[in-house]
Amino acid sequence: MDASLSSDDLKFREEVRAFFHNAEPEKAQQLINNPRTYKQGAVQWQKKLHEKGWVAPFWPTQYGGAGWTVTQSYIYETERVKANAPDVVPFGLKMVGPVIYTYGNDDQKARFLPGILNSDDWWCQGYSEPGAGSDLASLTTRAVSEGDDYIVNGSKIWTTYAQYADWIFCLVRTDASGKPQQGISFLLIDMNTPGITVSPIQSINGVHSLNEVHFENVHVPKANRIGEEGQGWTYAKSLLAHERTVIARVADSKKRLNTLRQIASRELQGGQPIIEDASFRHRFTNIEVELMALEYMELRVLAAMARNESPGAESSLLKIKGTEIQQALHELTIELAGIYGGVVLDVGEPGSSVGHDFGDSARKDFMYGRASTIFGGSNEIQKNIIAKRVLGL
Amino acid sequence: MNFNLTEEQQMLQDSAARFVGQDYSFERRQRDVQNDVGFDPELWRQFADLGWLSVPFAEENGGFGGDATDLFVLMEQLGKGLVATPYLPSILLFGRCLEAGANPALKAELLERLIAGELQGALAYMERQSRHELFDVQTNAHRDGDEFVISGEKALVMNAQAANMFVVSVRTSGSATDKNGVSLLLVDAKAPGIELNSIQLMDGQKVANVTFRDVRVSTDRLIGLENQGAVVLEEVVNQAIPAICAEALGLMTHLTNTTIEYSKTRKQFGVAIGSFQVLQHRMVDMFTACEETRSLLYRVLCSAGEDDLLEHKKNLHALKVITGLRGKRVGNESIQLHGGMGITDELDVGHYVKRLMVLHSVFGDADYHQQQLARLSLPQ
Ligand SMILES: Cc1cc2nc3c(=O)[nH]c(=O)nc-3n(C[C@H](O)[C@H](O)[C@H](O)COP(=O)(O)OP(=O)(O)OC[C@H]3O[C@@H](n4cnc5c(N)ncnc54)[C@H](O)[C@@H]3O)c2cc1C
Repeated sequence: MDASLSSDDLKFREEVRAFFHNAEPEKAQQLINNPRTYKQGAVQWQKKLHEKGWVAPFWPTQYGGAGWTVTQSYIYETERVKANAPDVVPFGLKMVGPVIYTYGNDDQKARFLPGILNSDDWWCQGYSEPGAGSDLASLTTRAVSEGDDYIVNGSKIWTTYAQYADWIFCLVRTDASGKPQQGISFLLIDMNTPGITVSPIQSINGVHSLNEVHFENVHVPKANRIGEEGQGWTYAKSLLAHERTVIARVADSKKRLNTLRQIASRELQGGQPIIEDASFRHRFTNIEVELMALEYMELRVLAAMARNESPGAESSLLKIKGTEIQQALHELTIELAGIYGGVVLDVGEPGSSVGHDFGDSARKDFMYGRASTIFGGSNEIQKNIIAKRVLGL
Repeated sequence: MNFNLTEEQQMLQDSAARFVGQDYSFERRQRDVQNDVGFDPELWRQFADLGWLSVPFAEENGGFGGDATDLFVLMEQLGKGLVATPYLPSILLFGRCLEAGANPALKAELLERLIAGELQGALAYMERQSRHELFDVQTNAHRDGDEFVISGEKALVMNAQAANMFVVSVRTSGSATDKNGVSLLLVDAKAPGIELNSIQLMDGQKVANVTFRDVRVSTDRLIGLENQGAVVLEEVVNQAIPAICAEALGLMTHLTNTTIEYSKTRKQFGVAIGSFQVLQHRMVDMFTACEETRSLLYRVLCSAGEDDLLEHKKNLHALKVITGLRGKRVGNESIQLHGGMGITDELDVGHYVKRLMVLHSVFGDADYHQQQLARLSLPQ
C-alpha cells in the first residue's frame, strides 16, 4: 500500500501546473458559465487541450490518448480543479469516442475520431425516451432497413445540448421480436439530416440544456451503425459503467469543500464567522469524512481499471456516493447564503449588484444538482444493480 | 383535548380550499409572478372581498379577530395552491407591526385601508450582514428635532416593489447586534432619499434592496417605543413563523400527493413505479414528514394562547426545525421520484420546492432554530 508520488510524478505535476498557469482556464470558464457563450468557451478550451495532447488522455495512445498512469490522471484532475479549469464536454470525448475506437470499424475510426479530438464535431447522447428512462431497454425509436439505409422514426428526450450538436449517438430498435435488450442497435446520426427536429426543455435552474429530439423518416446510412446489428445494448452498457465513474467528481467536491471553508470564514452570523458555528462544523466534517472515503474508493476503481479490469458494479458505488456528496455540498452552500440563496440574477449580472457574490450560483448548482442522482442511471437503479450483481440478491 | 376546527374556521378553510381548487391554477400563478410586483393586484382585491386580509387583526381594529389557528387554516390552503400573494409581507409583517405598535390614530387609518386592500406595505428588517439575526441592525437613525434621519441599506425587502409604506428597523442606540436600541419607523415609500433596487427570488416574488439616504420621518411615526422596537418585531415574527410553516405544510402536502399520484401512473419495467417497494417506503417517509410537521404546528397552535412563554418559544423553534428539515426531504424526494420530469420548469413540482426553500431561509433556517432551542433546553 503506497499512495506517495514518485519523482516522475512530481515532474509531471509541475508540467500540469505550468500548463494551467499559461492556458487561461478562468477565461474559458467564464465563457462556459454564460449560456450565450457556452459552446464557444467549451470548444476553445478543448482545442487548447488538444494542442497539448491532453484532451483525451484516457484514450489508447494509438488513437490520440496520452497513455497516462492512474496516478497521472489523478494528478491532472486534482490540478485541473485547483486551477478552476473546465472539464471537457463528455459526450464525444468520454462517451462515444471510446465506443467508436473499441467497437467501430477502421473507416468509422478514421471518419469520427479526429472530429471528436479536435472538437470540430459536437456530439449528444440519444438514449432516453419519454417511455424509456430507467427501463432504457424498452426503447421504441425504430430503425427499419431499406437498402443501404435505416429509416428512423421516434423521439428521444432529455438530450443534453442537442441544440448545439452536429452528431447524435443513438440507441434504436432494429428488431422488436426478442428480449428487449436484443434488437437494439447503435447508430451515429448527422443532426443535419432532414426529418430531425429539436425542441427545447427549460429546466428548473432557468437554463436550457435539455431537449427533445424527434425523428421523422430520417435516413441513416448503415455505414453509421457501430458493430453488429442488434448488439447496441452491449456496446452501450460498457460505456455506461465508464460514464458513472465520470460522475463521481471527487476533485470537484474537494474544491467545493475548500470554497465552503473560505465562505464560512467570511460570512457572519450574529457578528461571529460561521466557521466557528458548531452545527456548521459538524455538517462540514460529515461531508469531509465521506469525501475522504470516496477518494480512495475511486482510486481503487481506477487502479483496477489500469489492470484492465473493466469498471463493473463498483462504478455504481462511485456514482451513488459521489452524487450524494455533491448534493450535500450544494445544500450546505445554499444555506450559507441564507435568503440570498433565493436570488435570481440576470445572465451575466454580477452578484455585486445585489450585495452578494455566491447566492445565485449556489441556487443554480443546487437546482441542477438535483439531476445528478437521476441521470446516468438513477441512484435507485444503481442500488438495484449492486444488490443483484455484487450482493447476489 | 380537542383538535377540531370551530365552525368559523371550517368555513374559512372551505372557502380557501374552494378558491385554490376552482379560481386558481398553476398556470395562473405562473402568469401572475411575471407581473412587475410579483403578484396580480386583482387577486389582492379578491382577497379583500373574501375578508382574508382582516384575519389576523383584532375586531376593535376592524379585523376578523382571528387567532393562530385561523391563520393556519388559511395559510395551509394558500400553500397547497402555491398562491403568489404578498400576504406575508403586507399583512402578517407590515400590518401586524402597525397593530402591535402604531399610535391609535395611525393604526385606525392605516389598518382600515390595508384591510380594504387599498394599501400595500413591507417590513424592511434584513440587512446584508444580518442573516438570521433579527436584531443585527446597522441602518442608523438619529434624532434631529422632532424628526428621525435614517441612513443605511435594507436587504431583500419582500414586497418592496408594491409597498406604499415600509416599517423599517433602525439602530437608534447600542452596538450592531444589541437587541436594545433597535427602533421601528413607519416611512412613506415615496419619501425623498429612498432608492429601490428590484431583485427576483426563485419563488417568483419580487424583493428589493432599499437604500435610505438621510430620509426624514416624524417622531410620531415610531412603531413601538424608541429603542424597544425589538419587542414588536419579536411578537410579529413569532406570529408569522407558524403561519409560514402552515404554508410550508400546504406545499409539502401538495408535493407528497402529486408524487404519489405520479408514481401510480408512470410505468417503467412494465409496471407503475409506485409498485417498487423502495419507492413506497420513500413516499411513506414523505407522508410521515407532513404528519410530523402538522403535529408540531398543532403543538404551537395550542401553546400560542397560553401563559407558558418558555414552552411556546421552544415549540416555535422545534416547528421551524422540523418544517425546514422535513420540507427539504419532501422537496428533494418529489424531484427525485419524478425522474427527468422533476427537473423541468414546466412541471409545478420544482416551483413548489423553490417556495419551500425560500420559506426555509426566512426568519432563521433549521440549523439556526436548533441552536436557539439548544440554548433554552440546555442552558449553560
Ligand atoms: C439533467 C439531465 C440530463 C440528461 N441528459 C441525458 C442525455 O444527454 N441523454 C440521454 O439519453 N438521457 C439523458 N438524461 C435522461 C436520464 O438518463 C433519465 O432521466 C434517467 O434514466 C431516468 O429516467 P426517467 O427520467 O424516465 O425517470 P423514471 O425512469 O420514470 O424514474 C422515476 C423514478 O422512479 C425510480 N425508479 C424507476 N425504476 C425503478 C426501479 N426498478 N426501482 C426503484 N426505483 C425505480 C427512479 O429512480 C426515479 O426516481 C438526462 C436527465 C437529466 C435529468
